[in-house]
Amino acid sequence: MTYDVPIAPGETGDLAETTGTSGRGWPMWEVFVRARRGISHVHIGSLHAPDARTALQNARDVYTRRGEGVSVWVVPSSEISAFEPEAAAEYVEANEKVYRLATTYDIPDEVGQM
Amino acid sequence: MTPEERFDAIVAAEDKIEPSDWMPEGYRKTLIRQIAQHAHSEIIGMQPEGNWITRAPSLHRKAILMAKVQDEAGHGLYLYSAAETLGVERDQLQQLLHEGKHKYSSIFNYPTLSWADMGAIGWLVDGAAITNQVMLTRCSYGPYARAMVRICKEESFHQRQGYELLIRLCNGSEQQKAMAQDALDRWWWPSLMMFGPHDTDSPHTEQSMEWKIKRVSNDELRQQFVDMTVPQADYLGLRIPDPELRWNKRRGHYDFGEIDWEEFWNVVKGNGPMNRDRIAHKTRAWEEGAWVREAATAHADKSRSAA
Repeated sequence: MTYDVPIAPGETGDLAETTGTSGRGWPMWEVFVRARRGISHVHIGSLHAPDARTALQNARDVYTRRGEGVSVWVVPSSEISAFEPEAAAEYVEANEKVYRLATTYDIPDEVGQM
Repeated sequence: MTPEERFDAIVAAEDKIEPSDWMPEGYRKTLIRQIAQHAHSEIIGMQPEGNWITRAPSLHRKAILMAKVQDEAGHGLYLYSAAETLGVERDQLQQLLHEGKHKYSSIFNYPTLSWADMGAIGWLVDGAAITNQVMLTRCSYGPYARAMVRICKEESFHQRQGYELLIRLCNGSEQQKAMAQDALDRWWWPSLMMFGPHDTDSPHTEQSMEWKIKRVSNDELRQQFVDMTVPQADYLGLRIPDPELRWNKRRGHYDFGEIDWEEFWNVVKGNGPMNRDRIAHKTRAWEEGAWVREAATAHADKSRSAA
């Protein structure tokens, strides 16, 4: 099945023609789910909701319909800070201190497992 | 390395593009359009099946159908979220759908006339969707690919419950089997149309393949679907309504007849049996739900100012 439906007369799909909500819509929340006890919460997706309680309820309905989690966190997306893409690239490239890796040290076979 | 070279290198390395990465404007636009259409398809796709919830033949079947329709809503939400990572607002996409400026899969513009249609949709429509969506799990855009992984897991339930429903009908009375055959007769060709025009008439395919948004062409996917489905029809003892359908030993694939492209374009252009009803219903639901959205916002504002 293709969702790339061919362009038909009447379809412009031009976003400039829409008004959107310009901030009047509900804020976005990031959803984190702990799949089972003993492991961390993992980001699973996002959703819109007016407040935290509704966000949690929607998260349960949208992301955990089949027992995917035993615990859910929701965090306002606007509260998440992150590196800008360029800074992130530098950050990753600066991490080239290979002597930090265990595998860069040769241990003779006679010593056995280390 | 320029941003464009970085983008090309990530795509070439089969790595994923993430929302904060630089991407060509055409890539962003193609994805917004495709993911939005996909989301709209899930949301509109609730209607043909929602039509039968109150008339399901047993409580068990009713519960299954409600779970499936709820999944479609969930799939729509995952996909709108994926589209939003590209810098578009959900309400903008709703507006484009309601005004007919955004399309959704034409399959949902056909009516569901009998209970057997619930089986045929699960088996054929969701089967076709899986064929496409498995490919999309390898799409180069991370949020879209991740949404597809979740969706594929759930679609498997959709297809299996539909096929099982048809097994029951085909092992039932004469009338029940006839109802299953009638559903196959009506849904077969529209299901093949779901894969879109021939590769030769699909101008965007080449660019989408280059960007690794799309990994397999329309005609190849359609062939995969036919090859997979024919033996399943045989098992049911149903006849696929295509006199030209036969196994081609040389190709190792089934040959099949030509799609009625006039019908295809007619439905795409908005003149299918249910196009107007689907959008009218969707718009009405949006408008009638306005007070719920407003009340929730007012409640949240009030709670915040009280705190």
